[in-house]
Amino acid sequence: MGVFDPIIELSKGLGETLRSFLFEKTVTYQYPEEKRPVRPRFRGRHELKRYDNGLEKCIGCSLCAAACPADAIFVESSENTDEKRFSPGERYASTYEINMLRCIYCGFCEDACPTEAIVLDDNYELSFTDRKQAIYTKDMLLVPVATEQMLTPRKVEPGVYTRSVPEMKDPTD
Amino acid sequence: MSKQVTLTINGKQVTVPDGLTVADAAKVAGIDIPVFCHHPKLEPVGMCRMCLVEIGRPMLDRATGQVVMENGQPKIQFMPKLETACTNRVSEGMVVMTTSDKAVDGQKGTVEFLLTSHPLDCPVCDKGGECPLQNLTMQFGPGQSRFNYAEKLHLEKQVPLGELIWLDRERCIQCARCIRFQDEIAGEAVLGFDERGRNTQIISISDPGFDSVFSGNTTDICPVGALTTADFRFGARPWELKAQASVCTQCPVGCNTTLNTRREAKAGGDIVVKRVMPRQNEEVNEIWLCDKGRFAYHYTEGKERLTKPMIRKEGKLARASWDAATKFAAEKFSANKKDFVVLASGRLANEDLFNLKSLADTAGGTAILYSDMGGGELTQLVGVGAGTNIGTMGKGDAISVIASDLYEEAPIWWLRIKQAADRGATLIVANPRETKLDRFAKYTIRYAYGDEMKTVADFGKKSKIADEFAKAKNAMVFFGSEGLGVTGTSALASACAALLKDTDHVGRPNNGLVGVWQRANDQGAFEVGFKPEADLEKALKGKAVYIVGADPVGDDPNLAKALKGAKFVAVQDILETATTEIADAVFPAQAFTEREGTFVSGERRVQRFYAAVPAKGDSRPDFAITSMVAKQMGIILEGSSPSVVFDILANSLDAFNEVSYERLAEVNGQWPIVGRGDLYYGGTTYENTHGLGVQLIPVAQVGGTVRISKVRKEAALRPKEKELLAVPVNRLYDLGVTIQSAELLGQRVGEAFVSMHSATVKKLGLEVGQPVKISFDGINAEAVLKVDDTISTGVVLVPRSMGIAIREPVVARVQSRSEGKVK
Repeated sequence: MGVFDPIIELSKGLGETLRSFLFEKTVTYQYPEEKRPVRPRFRGRHELKRYDNGLEKCIGCSLCAAACPADAIFVESSENTDEKRFSPGERYASTYEINMLRCIYCGFCEDACPTEAIVLDDNYELSFTDRKQAIYTKDMLLVPVATEQMLTPRKVEPGVYTRSVPEMKDPTD
Repeated sequence: MSKQVTLTINGKQVTVPDGLTVADAAKVAGIDIPVFCHHPKLEPVGMCRMCLVEIGRPMLDRATGQVVMENGQPKIQFMPKLETACTNRVSEGMVVMTTSDKAVDGQKGTVEFLLTSHPLDCPVCDKGGECPLQNLTMQFGPGQSRFNYAEKLHLEKQVPLGELIWLDRERCIQCARCIRFQDEIAGEAVLGFDERGRNTQIISISDPGFDSVFSGNTTDICPVGALTTADFRFGARPWELKAQASVCTQCPVGCNTTLNTRREAKAGGDIVVKRVMPRQNEEVNEIWLCDKGRFAYHYTEGKERLTKPMIRKEGKLARASWDAATKFAAEKFSANKKDFVVLASGRLANEDLFNLKSLADTAGGTAILYSDMGGGELTQLVGVGAGTNIGTMGKGDAISVIASDLYEEAPIWWLRIKQAADRGATLIVANPRETKLDRFAKYTIRYAYGDEMKTVADFGKKSKIADEFAKAKNAMVFFGSEGLGVTGTSALASACAALLKDTDHVGRPNNGLVGVWQRANDQGAFEVGFKPEADLEKALKGKAVYIVGADPVGDDPNLAKALKGAKFVAVQDILETATTEIADAVFPAQAFTEREGTFVSGERRVQRFYAAVPAKGDSRPDFAITSMVAKQMGIILEGSSPSVVFDILANSLDAFNEVSYERLAEVNGQWPIVGRGDLYYGGTTYENTHGLGVQLIPVAQVGGTVRISKVRKEAALRPKEKELLAVPVNRLYDLGVTIQSAELLGQRVGEAFVSMHSATVKKLGLEVGQPVKISFDGINAEAVLKVDDTISTGVVLVPRSMGIAIREPVVARVQSRSEGKVK
């Protein structure tokens, strides 16, 4: 081994560093200013979805709570009226809470949901300064509406929204 | 023992009593045949076709009638098609196959058909999670449908059958369990089928809708979510509920119940009772529960619940510590030992009443039972024998009901007596007016109010009815308080007891006397030594009174006056009442849902209830509060645990000697099998795992001397011209504190009313449906006038606990409102 060998090796390495520094695109994301897009099947914080008309998809059936292996979801339901309608059909969730400290983001709640109301969405920015903050209530989970007329509860035409679970076109689907 | 039959089901040899259906026989053998319309308590109809099985019977030689043998075995001949297991009775040598390809195919086809029009409602259906259709579809269904989804029938979804029961027409599978329950078991045909074919639907054929106090039971046995209760509508999912055993506190029947509880955000995060379900006890309530027992539980969670001890300071009730409050009361009681009165009601448990009685005895005071009925010492002597079960009474037995409208006072007794009459028991109903039980009675006796004693005395004379009663194998007498007060009922009880003794109907099971008490544990109060007082006003005036579980001020203005003249009033209750308002000290007690204890039913069955929810506020169980008060008075009473209090009670009272909490928790096998995973079979009634209770042995059964002292007949009241005889009657849904909080039942309570014969109405020149003024004993009240032509003339019926204070028959004046104003 020659005396200059280590110096040659070192400059090779440094040369590589210099090359990528000068000519390659950086891979670092400048989080939080810059955010990396998530994959299509990413499981982030839950959202309670709405139909296009603004009515809540959630019908308060508690199946998500039953499916939850961490017992993180608490649902309580009440009865809809056409005067004060939250969701289609007879039943809506009057209380919907998820304890984010318990949630393991397994997505079983999504699978159990008969109306595709609960979806593990893209948001992964969860941080709390105390335990109470980790409990997400219904108004925190519901997606916002475009116009004020679409807010729930609202008065609707009687006899239109009679079914809780949307009719399936092809049951084998 | 009945004839036994041996048959083979799925290769397993089974021996069962003759007369059982194949479906029931399989259940006995632990083999599940799926059913929807079949229910072990109902007559089979074979409507749903779910129980299709292959049945073969031994082949008989046509010429000789002998069984054809083949290789030393009887030759089995199978029917060419599948048969329903629920309509075929077992026979000797029968071979049943429930899991053959043919049978399975038939069951799959039936599920597929049933689901052609069943909506996909499971997520929002209250039955979801405990639904026979869900379970059987998973277990026996084909998994796929060949029917066109677009052809599903859409029907009305939210149809109120009455205020209490909702019907979803789409979910109904036309099994007719509800209709058959109302026709066969309840004897009130208020439901029926309308239309034909695919349009067949359940309708209510009564006004008001679903007019039956047993309506809640149809939701238990409905195999789908077609019938659900308004009370539990979207209350919780069944799998989220916890279950705790309890006993109904509404009447002396003592129905076994299960309290379903859950933590609830609406209730501020508290654990609350979400629904009351029947718990099987074939000797008490079978698998049924009346609507009052099912829906009236809300009072335990009322806003008026007392949560802190209070004492009166400068004329106002102020919060105090337990120590201060009990010391305050104890000092007053100790200072007035001679005038110390304990007034307690049968709403309390045995442990509470025992401690109260011990306190009264040791301090030298008196213990009074707050009730309009006497005669409890007689049910201890000649009450029904241990082992009594109305469900086993039938042909050759006699049941007599006197001065009681059981439908209004003890619905489950009514139901079971009606069924005993259906089985052939002689039912004798003696009442001054028509009651719903009359329809099923072999003999109906009508007497005038005040002639109760004479009516019973006539039983002892020679007559067809008296003869049949005397000769009956077993005979029971139920006596009540229709038109009677404390002295009246005491006299009636002694007359009934004498009759039973003279005809030798005492000291055996299914024989003896039963009091139709006003509260759940009146019998228990009598057992520990409480006695009612005919002249309560006098007994309370100028005394230091300790009122427990009663609201005399709210019930009766005369008692209110008497209590205002009392030296000291301490009230111990769960709710704020008119009595707590005038009290000098108030102790908050725990409701029956929050603590343990025991009740004694009218049939003298000691039954245990358990704590289901945490106690409200700073409330404590009644027996513990009494022990604290006693301690401050220098008297030591057990107050730590109800089971220890009960042990002391059992040691000091002969009848309870053999009873302990452990024995009360014992259970043995019951038929039909209900409440397990296979709830398609018996419905959602809970299985009894917490104890069937122990029936106390009456003195007559252990061979003790029974001496029945004659009670003097009350002098008959003689109303003058323009006056009427006002008599108290009992109603199921009244304005009592234990019902008021149940909004649903409130709709059936109605307003205060009095009723009389149309001739009386005419004579007094009154108008039906209008408010009238009624006055007696210094009480002036207003009530709507109703007409009832089954009452005798010259009498006005005043329902108890409906706003007009009436404890016993009195002479009253009834005037129209305008007439009253002039005077």
